[in-house]
Amino acid sequence: MAYLNITDLQKHYDNYHALRGINLAIEEGEFIVFVGPSGCGKSTLLRTIAGLESSTGGNIELDGRDITELASSKRDLAMVFQSYALYPHMSVADNLSFALRLAKEEQSVIDEKVKSVSASLQLDKLLERKPKELSGGQRQRVAIGRAIVRQPKVFLFDEPLSNLDAALRVQMRLELARLHKKLGTTMIYVTHDQIEAMTLADRVVILNAGQIEQVGTPLELYRSPNSRFVAEFIGTPKMNLIALDNVVRENDTLHLQLLNASIDFPVARTRGPLPDSVVMGVRPEHMHIVESGGDIIGKVELIEHLGSEAYTHVRLANDQTIIVKAPARTTIKDGEEIHISLEREEVILFNQNDRVFSVIAEEACHD
Amino acid sequence: MKRSITRLLMAPSVLLLLAWMLVPLSMTIYFSTINYNLLYPGRNNFVGWMNFEFFITDPGFWIAISNTLILLISVLLITVVLGVALSALIDKPFFGRNVVRVLLISPFFIMPTVNALIWKNMMMNPVYGIFAWISQSLGLEPIDWLSDYPLMSIIIMVSWQWLPFAILVFVTALQSQDTEQKEAAQMDGANGWHIFRYLTVPHLARPIAVVVMIETIFLLAVFAEIYVSTGGGPGYDSTNLAYLIYNQALLQYDVGVASAGGLFAVLLANIVAFFLIRAVGKNLTV
Repeated sequence: MAYLNITDLQKHYDNYHALRGINLAIEEGEFIVFVGPSGCGKSTLLRTIAGLESSTGGNIELDGRDITELASSKRDLAMVFQSYALYPHMSVADNLSFALRLAKEEQSVIDEKVKSVSASLQLDKLLERKPKELSGGQRQRVAIGRAIVRQPKVFLFDEPLSNLDAALRVQMRLELARLHKKLGTTMIYVTHDQIEAMTLADRVVILNAGQIEQVGTPLELYRSPNSRFVAEFIGTPKMNLIALDNVVRENDTLHLQLLNASIDFPVARTRGPLPDSVVMGVRPEHMHIVESGGDIIGKVELIEHLGSEAYTHVRLANDQTIIVKAPARTTIKDGEEIHISLEREEVILFNQNDRVFSVIAEEACHD
Repeated sequence: MKRSITRLLMAPSVLLLLAWMLVPLSMTIYFSTINYNLLYPGRNNFVGWMNFEFFITDPGFWIAISNTLILLISVLLITVVLGVALSALIDKPFFGRNVVRVLLISPFFIMPTVNALIWKNMMMNPVYGIFAWISQSLGLEPIDWLSDYPLMSIIIMVSWQWLPFAILVFVTALQSQDTEQKEAAQMDGANGWHIFRYLTVPHLARPIAVVVMIETIFLLAVFAEIYVSTGGGPGYDSTNLAYLIYNQALLQYDVGVASAGGLFAVLLANIVAFFLIRAVGKNLTV
C-alpha cells in the first residue's frame, strides 16, 4: 500500500474531460514531477489532490485515509503556488505563521517554528518586510517557508519556478533538491519544463490529454519511452524520428532499410509481430559524424554552436531533416555532405500507432 | 525663460480656478459681516460678528451640528458594513447574479428627491406605507416614521441611496482579489470567515477609504431628502447644517446669517476632513 494512492481519478468540466482515469501510487518521501504540455491536465491533477478542485470520480487516499471528499484545509497538504500567493498585507513572519495561528498553536511554538524555518531559508533578516518589498527569489522562499512551517504530509508545487529569471531558476531548482534531501517529505511538483522534471524527480509522471502517458525515473523515460509522445517530450533537442523505407526480417536479424542503407537490428530486441510501417527513433547525441562508412548520408543545412557542443541540422536524401550532435569545435561547414553512424543499442522502433515495440539493449540496462 | 513661459501658459487656468473658488468665498465672507435681509433691502450696513452670534445662538445650531455628524457617521457605518458584506456575498457566482447586481446598484440612479418621495409616501407613511402594512399584518401599531423617528428616517433614506455606491466600489475591488491567495489560505486551514477577515477586509482597506472620503463630501451636505420628507422637523429633530442655512436664507430671508452659517459649514467640513485624513488617508498613500 503506497503512501498516496490515486485510483481512477476523473474530472469533468462542463464540456471538457480534464482527467480521464488517473491511477498513480506514490511512496512516502518520493519526489514526483508531473510534466506535460499545456492543457494536459497536470495542474488540474495537482489541484484535485490539493482539494481545490473536486473530482467527479475516483479516489484519493493519503496515508491510509480517504481524502477524496475532504476540504483542502483538512488534507494536511501544503502548496506552493506559481504566483507565490503571499498575503500582501502581512509581514513575512505573519505569512509564515498564518497556518499555525489559524491552528491556534501556542505563541512560543509558533515563534520557534518561524525562527527555524526562516533561518534555514535565509529569511531571518526579512521577517518584518511586506511581500512587495521582496525580490522574486525571496518571495519564492517565503512561499516555500510557509509550506514547510506546517510540516505537512505532502508538498505540492504548482510551477513554482516559472516566474523567476533563468539564472535564479537554476539556483532555486538546486535549493529545492537540497530541501527535499533534508526534509525527506513527499513532494509533488508540476512543471512544463522537462529539464526541471529530469533534474528534480525521483519519478516523472508524463501526462497527455488527461491521461498518464508513462511513469518512470528520469533515465527510464529517457532511455526507454513507451510511446512517441514520451520519446519526443523528453530530451533536448528532440529525438529524431525517421520513417523507414522497409524492414526485412532475416533469421534473428531485422534489416532496417533507409534510402541506400541497411541497419541491422536483433529480433530479440523487439516485442510482438513486425508492424507494417516502422519509424526509427534516435537521439541526436546517439548519432555520430564519421569520415566514411556511416549508416546514413546527409547534407548539412545549418550548424548551431552551443560552445560545449554543436548541433548539425542535416537533410537526408528523402528530404527529411534530422539533428546530429557534433563535437564542440567541429570544422564541418554548411552544405557539406556527411556520413552519420548510429549507436545501435540506442535505436528505438515505433509501430504505426506510435507505440514503442523495441526493448533497450541489455548491456545498456545495467549502467 | 522656459520657466516663465510654462507659468504664463498655466496662468489662465490657475487664475480661472482661483476666481472660481475665491469669488464665492469672499462674497460669503463679505455677506456674513453685513446686515443683509431680503425683507429690508438697502440697509446693508457693517455689523461685525453679529451674524455669527445670531447663528450660533440659534436654538437649532447645536442640534443641527450634532444631527449632521450623527447622519454622517451612521450612514458611513451602514453603507461600509453592509456594502462589504453584500459585496462579499455576491462575489461568488450564483444563478441570477447579474440581475441581483443590477438591482443592488440601481438605487444610485434615483435622484435624492424621488428617493425621499418614495420612502415618505410608499414605505414610511403610517396609513398606506409598506412598513405600516407589515406592522398591521403582524398585529402591531404602525409607526409614524417621519414624525416619531425623523432623523432615523433620513438616515435610512440616505443609506439606501449611498449603499449602491459602496457596493459598486467594493464589488469591483473584490474582482481584483487574487484567487490563488484565497486558495493558499484554504490550504493553510482557513475557513470562509478567516479568508474574509484576514484577506478580503485588508484587501478592501483602500476602497473603504475611498468610499468614506467621497461619501463624506456628499453626506455633509444632505439637503433634498430632508427638504422633501421631514422639512427639518419636527422642530429641529432632523435639521442638519445645510438645512439650517437654507432655513435662514430662504425661510427667514436673512442672507447675512445664512452666509455666517455657510462659513461654519466650511469649518465643520475642514474639521471632519482633518480627522478623516488622519484616520483613513494613510491607506491611500501606500
